[in-house]
Amino acid sequence: MDSFQETVFKLKKYWADRGCVIQEPYDIEVGAGTMSPETFLRVLGPKPWRVGYVQPSRRPADGRYGDNPNRLYKHQQLQVILKPTPKDVIDQYLGSLEAIGIDLSKHDLKLEEDNWESPTLGAWGIGWQVMLDGMEITQFTYFQQCGGIDLDLCPAEITYGLERIVSFLQGKESVYDIEWAPGVPYSEVRYFDELQLSVYNFESADVAMLWEALGRHEAEAQRLIDLYKTVEDPAEKRRFPLLGAYDQVLKCSNLFNLLDARGAISVTERVGVIARVRKIAVGVAQAWVDQEPFRTMKEVA
Amino acid sequence: MLPFLLEVGAEEIPDWMIPAALEQLGKDFQSLLEAHQLGGRVTRIDGTGRRLVLWAEGLIERQADSVEIVSGPPKGANPNAVAGFAKKSGVSVDDLQVETTARGEYYTFRRQVAGRATAELLAELLPELIQKLYFPKTMFWTGKGGPKFIRPIRWIVALLGDRVVPFTLAGVESGNETYAHRQLGAGGPIPVTIANYEAELEKNFVIVSSAARRAKIEREVAALGNAQSDGKLLETLTFITEYPAAILGGFDASYLTLPKEVLTMVMRFHQKYFAVSAAGGELAPHFIAVMNIPADPEGHVVRGNERVLRARFNDARFFYDVDQKRPLLDRVADLANVTFQAKIGSYLEKTSRMVALAQELGGSEAAEAAYLAKADLTTEMVKEFTDLQGIIGGLYIAAQGGKPDVAKAVYEHYKPLSMEDTIPSTVTGQAVALADKVDTLRSCFAVDLIPTGSKDPFALRRAAQGVVKILVEGELSPSLRELAAGDGKLEEFFLERVKHYFREVKGYAYDEVNAVLAVGWADLKDVELRLQAVKAVRPTPNFEPVAAAFKRIKNILTQAGTLPAGAPEASLFNEAEAGVAAAARQAAIKDGGYPAQLERIAGLRPAIDHFFDQVLVNDPDPAVRDNRLRLLNQLISEFSSIADFSEIVTK
Repeated sequence: MDSFQETVFKLKKYWADRGCVIQEPYDIEVGAGTMSPETFLRVLGPKPWRVGYVQPSRRPADGRYGDNPNRLYKHQQLQVILKPTPKDVIDQYLGSLEAIGIDLSKHDLKLEEDNWESPTLGAWGIGWQVMLDGMEITQFTYFQQCGGIDLDLCPAEITYGLERIVSFLQGKESVYDIEWAPGVPYSEVRYFDELQLSVYNFESADVAMLWEALGRHEAEAQRLIDLYKTVEDPAEKRRFPLLGAYDQVLKCSNLFNLLDARGAISVTERVGVIARVRKIAVGVAQAWVDQEPFRTMKEVA
Repeated sequence: MLPFLLEVGAEEIPDWMIPAALEQLGKDFQSLLEAHQLGGRVTRIDGTGRRLVLWAEGLIERQADSVEIVSGPPKGANPNAVAGFAKKSGVSVDDLQVETTARGEYYTFRRQVAGRATAELLAELLPELIQKLYFPKTMFWTGKGGPKFIRPIRWIVALLGDRVVPFTLAGVESGNETYAHRQLGAGGPIPVTIANYEAELEKNFVIVSSAARRAKIEREVAALGNAQSDGKLLETLTFITEYPAAILGGFDASYLTLPKEVLTMVMRFHQKYFAVSAAGGELAPHFIAVMNIPADPEGHVVRGNERVLRARFNDARFFYDVDQKRPLLDRVADLANVTFQAKIGSYLEKTSRMVALAQELGGSEAAEAAYLAKADLTTEMVKEFTDLQGIIGGLYIAAQGGKPDVAKAVYEHYKPLSMEDTIPSTVTGQAVALADKVDTLRSCFAVDLIPTGSKDPFALRRAAQGVVKILVEGELSPSLRELAAGDGKLEEFFLERVKHYFREVKGYAYDEVNAVLAVGWADLKDVELRLQAVKAVRPTPNFEPVAAAFKRIKNILTQAGTLPAGAPEASLFNEAEAGVAAAARQAAIKDGGYPAQLERIAGLRPAIDHFFDQVLVNDPDPAVRDNRLRLLNQLISEFSSIADFSEIVTK
C-alpha cells in the first residue's frame, strides 16, 4: 500500500514522463489549483504549456476543527494542465489511475457531467466529475474561457482530490487515518493546521482588519491595472509587473473567503464583493493577453 | 440497395441529452435521404454516452440520372442572345429546342445530369449533419473558432455497404473502426462491418441497444430487492453506462433515524442509487447501485460505494445535529440576512407578507405556518440539500414539538412542483402554498421582473401555474383578480396560465376554453364545471348548430350598433318569434346542473332555425325590427352565463 506521499510521487512522475513541467505549489494562499498563475495565466494566449503541481487549497468555510472525517479547511489538489489537449487525454488520465495502483477492470468508473464555472475569475469550462465506485476523485475540465477571454487553445485541466484518492487506495474511513509517510498518519502532519485555522477562520480573525486588507490589496491591483494601460514603450510593457498585480488578486480572493467563513459578509453584500474581485481578476487577465507579444519578443538591447 | 451505418464516437455526452440528439440524428438523416433522392430509410437510432448510432437500409448506390430543362431567351429574341445562350450551355444553336410555356415560346436546352454516387454525396453532407445536432451547451476543443459539439468527437464509423464513406470532421477521419468500453475489451481500434457491428461491440463490453441496457438494469435491480421505482434514475443509468450491472449494498441501520427524505435524496440524487423499501414499506438499510462493468466478484465496488454513502450519511447526521441546536422558531429572525431578490428584499420581509396573506386565505394556523415556512433556508441541511427546502422545515417543526398541521403545511408548501405533482393535502397547506407563490408573483411583477419568451429566471410561470392548480383542485376559492391585487399585468399573466392549464393539462379544446372564460373566471372550480358541461354536450347534434346560430345572432346585434332598450313586446311577435320566446322560457329553467342546462339550450335549435327561416330581422318597420333585436339580445344575455357560444368554432 502506497503512502500519501508515494502516490503523489507516482502521479508527478507519470505526468513528468508525459512532458509536464513539475512545478511546486504557488506560494500565496489560494482556494484551488486553478488560481495559481500556472493555470490562470498560462492557459491564456497561444503558447502551449504542460504543467503538474500539488496545490494546497484553502477553503476556510469548509473547516471542521479537525473533527469531520471527510471535510477539510485545506486539502491538497494535484493539478495538471495540458495545453493544447491531446486527443487521448482521457486515456492518459486513466493511465495515471493505473499508475497509482487502481485496477480499472475491477472498479466502476463513470464520467458524469459537471461543468465548472468561477464567477470570481470570469472563467468556465465543460467537463465531468470522475466517479470511482461512487466517489468523486477528479474534476476534469476543458477550459473555454478565462478572465472573460475565449482561450486560443483549449487546455484540459485535471484536478485530482488527493485526500479522496488516497483514502480510497488505503481504504480509510477518515482522512486523518491516511498514512502520509510510512508510519506517519495524516493527522500528525495536518491536524493542528485544521484545528487552529478553523479557530482562527471562524472565531478569532479580526474582521475589521480583513476588510481593510481586502480594500488595500484591491486598490493595489487596480492601481497596477490602470497604470499598465498608460505604458507605451515595448520594453516597459515587457517588464511591467502584472504578476505582482495578480498576486494582489489572489490575496483579495483569500480575504473574501476568510470574511465569508467568519460570517462577516451578508448575502446581500456577497454579490458585490464577488464583483469587485472579478473586476481585478479580469483586468489582469486582459492585460496579460495584451502583454503576450511583448513577453515573447527578445529583450530590448 | 445498400445498408448504411453511422457511429459518432465522442467523449461522455451528458445522459439526459442523448435521446433528443438521437431523435434529431434520425430525422435529419431521413430528410437528407429524401432531399437527395438516395432511396432508403432510417431503420434505427440508438446509442450510449460515447456513441450516437444510426442504421439505414435500402440506399441506392447512385442517384438516378436526370434531365434538367434550361430555359433561354424567347423565340423572337435577338439571334446574338440565342447564340450567347447556346454558347453558355456548351452546345450549338441547332441543338436548342423551342418549347411552348405558359409565358410563350422559349428556346430551351435539355441538360443531361448524371446522378452522383451516394457515398460521395454522403461524404459531403454528413459533417454538416453531425455538427448541426442541437445540444444545450457546446464546447470547442481543437482551439478557438474550431468546430463545436457537446463533447470532443474522437472517432467516426461511416459505412455504406462494405465501403467507408470518407470524410473528415474536427480532424477525425471517418473509417470502419470503433472503440470498446473505456476500461474493458480491446485497447485499440476494432474494425467492424455493418453486419457484425453490434456483436463486436458486445464482445467488447458495449451494449449498443439502450432498450437492452434498460431491461438489464430493471431485471437485475428487481432481482436484488424491493427497489423504489424511479423512472428518471433508470433513464440516467441507461445512458451513463455501456455495460450496466446492478449490485446491492448496505448501510448501518442506525442511519435510519435520519429523515427518510434526506437518506433518499442522498441515495437518488447524489449517488444515483435506487433506495430499497423494507417489508413494511419503510426504508430498508440497503441500496442498489448500477455499475458500468459486468461484475464485482471481489466486492471492491460494493465496498467503495458503501464507504462513500457512509461518509455522506455522516455529513447529513452532522448537519441534522447542528441544526437542532437552534430551533426553527429562533431562525426566522436570521432571514433578515437572506436575500430573496436584490430589488425586492430579504426573506424576512417576504415572510411577513406571506403571514398576512396566509391569514387572509386560511386563518391563524396558516399564518403560523407561513411564519415558519422559510426559516429552514438558514439550516445546514438545506444549504447542503437545497431541493429539500420546505420538507426540512416541516420535519424540524415536527421534531421540535410543533403542531402537526403546521408541520405538514410547511412540508408541503412548495407543492405542486409540476403539473404532474399533487397540491398540498390540507387547506392550511394550500393557503401557505398560495401565499408563498402569490407573494413571489406580486413582488416580482411590482419590480418589473416579468417573464419574457423563454426567459423566466424566477420560475414565475410555474408559480402561477401552481396557484391555478391549487385553486381548481383545492378547497380555497379566492378569485385570481383578488390575488393579482390590482396589477393588470399579473391578472393577464394569471389568465394566460388558466388557459394553459385547461388546454394543456386538462385537455379541453381551445375554443371551449375561450368560450367558457369569456363569461367569467372568478371561480376556477366553476370554470371547470362549465367546461365539463360544454365538453359533454358538445357532441350532441343540436349543440354546434345552436352555437353557430348564437354567433349569427351576435353578428346581427353587433351590426345593429346601439340596441333598443327594454324587453321584447310579446304583442308584436309573429308565430316564429313567439316560438323562440316560448322555447327560451323553457330553456331558462336553472335546475339540473350545467349539463342539463346546456342540453336545454341546445334544445332551442328547432325554434331558432325556424325563426331564421321565417324572419328577416331587418324588417322595414323599425318597431318590428327593434322588437326582434330586443328578442335576440335577451336570448344572448339569458344564455351566456355558462359560456359564450359564439366563441365555439363550428364546422
